[in-house]
Amino acid sequence: MNSNTDAVIAEHGLSRDEYDTIVRSLNREPNLTELGIFSVMWSEHCSYKSSRLHLKKLPTEGPCVIQGPGENAGVIDIGDGQAAIFKMESHNHPSYIEPYQGAATGVGGIMRDVFTMGARPVALLNALRFGAADHPKTRHLVGGVVAGIGGYGNCMGVPTVGGEVNFDKSYNGNILVNAMCVGLADTDNIFYSAAKGVGNPVVYVGSKTGRDGIHGATMASAEFDDDSDEKRPTVQVGDPFTEKLLLEACLELMAEDVIIAIQDMGAAGLTSSAVEMASKGETGLELDLDQVPQREENMTAYEMMLSESQERMLMVLKPGHEDIGRHIFEKWGLDFAIIGITTDTSHLTLRHKGEEVADIPLGPLADFAPLYDRPHVATPKAEYISPDDVPAPNDLGEALLKLLGGSELSSRRWVYEQYDYTVMADTVQRPGGDAAVVRVHGTTKALAVCTDVTPRYCQADPFEGGKQAVAETWRNLTAVGADPLAYTDCLNFGSPERPEIMGQFIGCIDGMAEASGALGYPVVSGNVSFYNETNGIGVKPTPAIGGVGVLPDVSQMATIAFKAEDEVIFLVGETRGHLGQSLFLRDIAGREEGAPPPVNLATEKRNGDFVRGLIRSGKITAVHDCSDGGLATALADMAMASGIGATIDLPDDLPAHAFLFGEDQARYVVTMSAADADTLEAGDLPVLRLGTTGGSCLTFDGVAEVMVEALRSAHEGFFEGLMHDQL
Amino acid sequence: MKSAVIVFPASNCDRDAAVALERISGSKPHMVWHGDSDLPEVDLIVLPGGFSYGDYLRCGAMASQSPIMKEVIKKAKAGTPTLGICNGFQVLTECGLLPGVLMRNAGLHFVCKTVPLSVENTDTVFTSKYGQGEVIDVPIAHHDGNYFADADTLDRVEGEGQVAFRYANDNPNGSARDIAGIVNAKSNVLGLMPHPERVIDQQLGGTDGAPLFAALTEALS
Repeated sequence: MNSNTDAVIAEHGLSRDEYDTIVRSLNREPNLTELGIFSVMWSEHCSYKSSRLHLKKLPTEGPCVIQGPGENAGVIDIGDGQAAIFKMESHNHPSYIEPYQGAATGVGGIMRDVFTMGARPVALLNALRFGAADHPKTRHLVGGVVAGIGGYGNCMGVPTVGGEVNFDKSYNGNILVNAMCVGLADTDNIFYSAAKGVGNPVVYVGSKTGRDGIHGATMASAEFDDDSDEKRPTVQVGDPFTEKLLLEACLELMAEDVIIAIQDMGAAGLTSSAVEMASKGETGLELDLDQVPQREENMTAYEMMLSESQERMLMVLKPGHEDIGRHIFEKWGLDFAIIGITTDTSHLTLRHKGEEVADIPLGPLADFAPLYDRPHVATPKAEYISPDDVPAPNDLGEALLKLLGGSELSSRRWVYEQYDYTVMADTVQRPGGDAAVVRVHGTTKALAVCTDVTPRYCQADPFEGGKQAVAETWRNLTAVGADPLAYTDCLNFGSPERPEIMGQFIGCIDGMAEASGALGYPVVSGNVSFYNETNGIGVKPTPAIGGVGVLPDVSQMATIAFKAEDEVIFLVGETRGHLGQSLFLRDIAGREEGAPPPVNLATEKRNGDFVRGLIRSGKITAVHDCSDGGLATALADMAMASGIGATIDLPDDLPAHAFLFGEDQARYVVTMSAADADTLEAGDLPVLRLGTTGGSCLTFDGVAEVMVEALRSAHEGFFEGLMHDQL
Repeated sequence: MKSAVIVFPASNCDRDAAVALERISGSKPHMVWHGDSDLPEVDLIVLPGGFSYGDYLRCGAMASQSPIMKEVIKKAKAGTPTLGICNGFQVLTECGLLPGVLMRNAGLHFVCKTVPLSVENTDTVFTSKYGQGEVIDVPIAHHDGNYFADADTLDRVEGEGQVAFRYANDNPNGSARDIAGIVNAKSNVLGLMPHPERVIDQQLGGTDGAPLFAALTEALS
C-alpha cells in the first residue's frame, strides 16, 4: 500500500490525528480511494463532528412525529393516514461561487431528500441571505440565485410558496441559500434508507455519473479565502428535467412492493449513500464500479465514489423484482443499473476493472468518526435599551416609509414573481402573508409552511435569538390558523474552530431547545452549515427554522389583508416598546446595539392559542403577527394588502415611536366586525383596542398620517432599485 | 364530455388540467402517454403546461415530434377541439397547428402573477360562456410567452378574429399586439399562455377559468 503524504492528507481536509485514526480503523494505510471515502464521510458536512454533541439537546419527539432526524427527511403524521415529509438544507458555498447552479442544485437536492421517502413534493421555500445591498457582488448573486431557484423548482412543477430574503454586510463574502421542501405521502407507504437483508440487489438509477462536484462536501466544510472563485469546478450542474423524470419514476416504482431501501445521492454522492444505507441496515455492500453508468471516459474509482453528479438514487430491491424497476425507469428514459449486492460482511468493498480497489469496515468508519467538543465561549450579554434612551424621529410617517422601503421589509415581489407559486393548483395562501398555505390535495385540510430567523437577535443574544426563531415560525403558522406541528432547521454559522462561534452555536441550540419544549413543537430534520466565513469574518449566526403546521379546515384560514371598512382593530399581546436590536434602531437611529426582545414562551403559547381559537371561531376577519418593524409595519402590511386604511389611537404610557416600532414578541394584530368586537372576551389576556379600519390613509392619531398608496409605492421601490437593468 | 390529457416527459400541469376537467365536466379525462401512438375516442384533447423535454432546444419543439402528436394533429385538423395551455400552446405553434412562435419574455425573467385578460372572441367552443370584451383574471407562469409572428400573419389573425385573449393592462412578456391566446382559422384549436385550470375555485383566488371548461362541457357533452 502507498503511504499518503501530509500534503495529500491536508488536501482531503483531514487532520493528522484524523488520518491516524483511519490507519487504526483499517490496520493499514488507506489507498487513495479509501482516503477519499473517509475524508468525505468525516467532513464536517457529512459527519456533524462539531455539532453532534449539541444537536442532541433538541427535542425530536412528539405525538405527531413518525420519523425524527437521521433519515433523508423528517416525517410527521397529519391525520387520515397521511404524512408530511420535509427538510431544509443549505447550499451556501456553491451558491456563492456559482449562484445559478448552486441554488438550483440546492433545490434539486432537497426535493430528492423528500421524494426518496415516498412523498410527492408539494411546496418549496427558500431562506436567502445576501450581503449589503450596495456591495458590488450582491446584485449578481441575487439575480443568479433567484433565477436558479426558479429554474429548478418551476420545471419540477412544485410551487415555491414562501421564504425569506435578507441583506446584511456580514454575508458579503458568504451568502446563505437554504432550501426547504415539503411533501405528502401515505403513512403506510414511507420509504427508509436501511439496506436490510443479505444478497439483495443494489440498484443505481437516474443520471449518469460524471466528474462534477468532486469534493463538494469537503469544499463546504472549509472557509473561503480570496481565491474562492477557483473552486467553481466543485459546483455541480443541475438538470431539473431529469429530476422530474426521476421523481415520477420513483413514485411509480414506490407504488409497487419492491423497494427495501432507497436513498438519494447528495453530498458525497455514491460514497455517503452506500455507507449510510449499509450502516443503517447493519449489512455490508459489495459494489462493482464497472456497472455504474458513466458520462465520461476513464473515470477512476476515486472519481466515481466522490462525484456529486446530480439526479441520482441508490436503491436496494427485493431480489427477483429487478425487471419491474427496469421497465419503469426505461419508460422514463433513465438509467437503471444493478451495481452490487448486500452482504453480511459489514464492509464496503469496491471492485473496479477486475480488482478490489477499496475494503472499508463500516463499523469503524462510523464509530471512529471524529466527535469534537470544541472550545466555546458564551456571547457577552448585551444591555437592555430603554425606550426613553432612543430619541424620537422628526417624522414618524417618514420613518415608516423608510423602513417599508428598506432592504428588510420591502416587497419581495421581484423575487417571488420568478417562482411558479400557483402550479399544482392547491396554493391557497400565496407569498406575502405570514405563512404560505397549500391544500392537502383532495381534502379539506391544508399545510401551512414558513421560514424564519432574525440573525441580528441571534448575534446579540444567541439564546434569545434561538428561542425567537422557533417562536416566530410557531407564531406565523398560528397567524394563518394552523396548528404548528414540527419544524426543520438549517443552522448557518462561521468556523466552529473559533470558540466565540461555537458559543453562538451552542447558545442558539439551547434557545431553540427551550422554545421547542415549551411550545410542544419538535424538530424532525435539519442541517448544519459551518465555515460560512471569509478571511476570518463569519456570518451573523443564522439558525433558519422551517415550520410546518396543519389547518384542519382550509375554509378557516386567516390572511393579513383588512377585509372591510369600519372594523375594529385589536392588538393581542403586551407592548413595552422594546427597541434594542430593532429595525427602527438600526435603520432610523443608525444604531446596531442592545439586547434583543426577550421571548416569554408561556405568553407566546397563551397568546397564540387565543388567536388560533378566535380564528377557528370565525369571528376575526384578518390576522398579522408583529415582527420586524413592530406594530406600525404590521398595520401597514394589512393596509397595503387591502387598500383600506386605518385610524390608530396611541397610548399615553409609551413614546409613540417605541409603541409603533418596538419589536416586543408574542403579538398579533386582529380585526373584527364592530358587533363581534363588543362581545370579545379575552379574560386576563392583554388585548388593546387600537382603532378602526377605513379610509385611504394609515393614521396614527395626532402624530402621523400616510396614504396607503404612498406605503405601497415605498414598499415596491427597493428591489426595482437594486435589480434595475439586471439581466 | 370525453377528454384526453397528453402527458409529455416533464409535463407538470397535467394533473391540474385533469382536476379541472373532472370537476367541471364530471368525467375523468384519459391520461395519454406521449409515446403512445393511439388516442382514445374523445371530444377534447388537452396539451397541458409544463417543461416538456426540459424546454431543451426550444420550448415545445421536441414534444411536437412525440409519437402521439401525429394523431393529435390528425384529429385537430379533422375538427376535434384541442386546447394547449402554456407549454401546450408552445407545442401547438411548434407543430404548426397555430401560427406564430413564443419567444423568451421581453424582461428575460420567468413571470408568475395573475393578469387581467380581455376576451376578444366569444364565438368559439372555448369562450362562449364569456362576454365579449369581458376582463378576467388568470395566472400566468412562464419564461417563454412572448408571442411573435410577422406583420402579415398578425394582420390575418386579427382580421379573422383568431385572437381569443389579450393582456388587458400591462403586457407581461412583450407579446405582439398583447396577444395571450389564439385560435386557428376553424376555431377548434386554442392555445393560450395563461392557466385557466388554476382559477376554478374561490379558494385558489378566483373562478375566472371555470367558464372555459364549462363552455367546453356544454358544447361537447
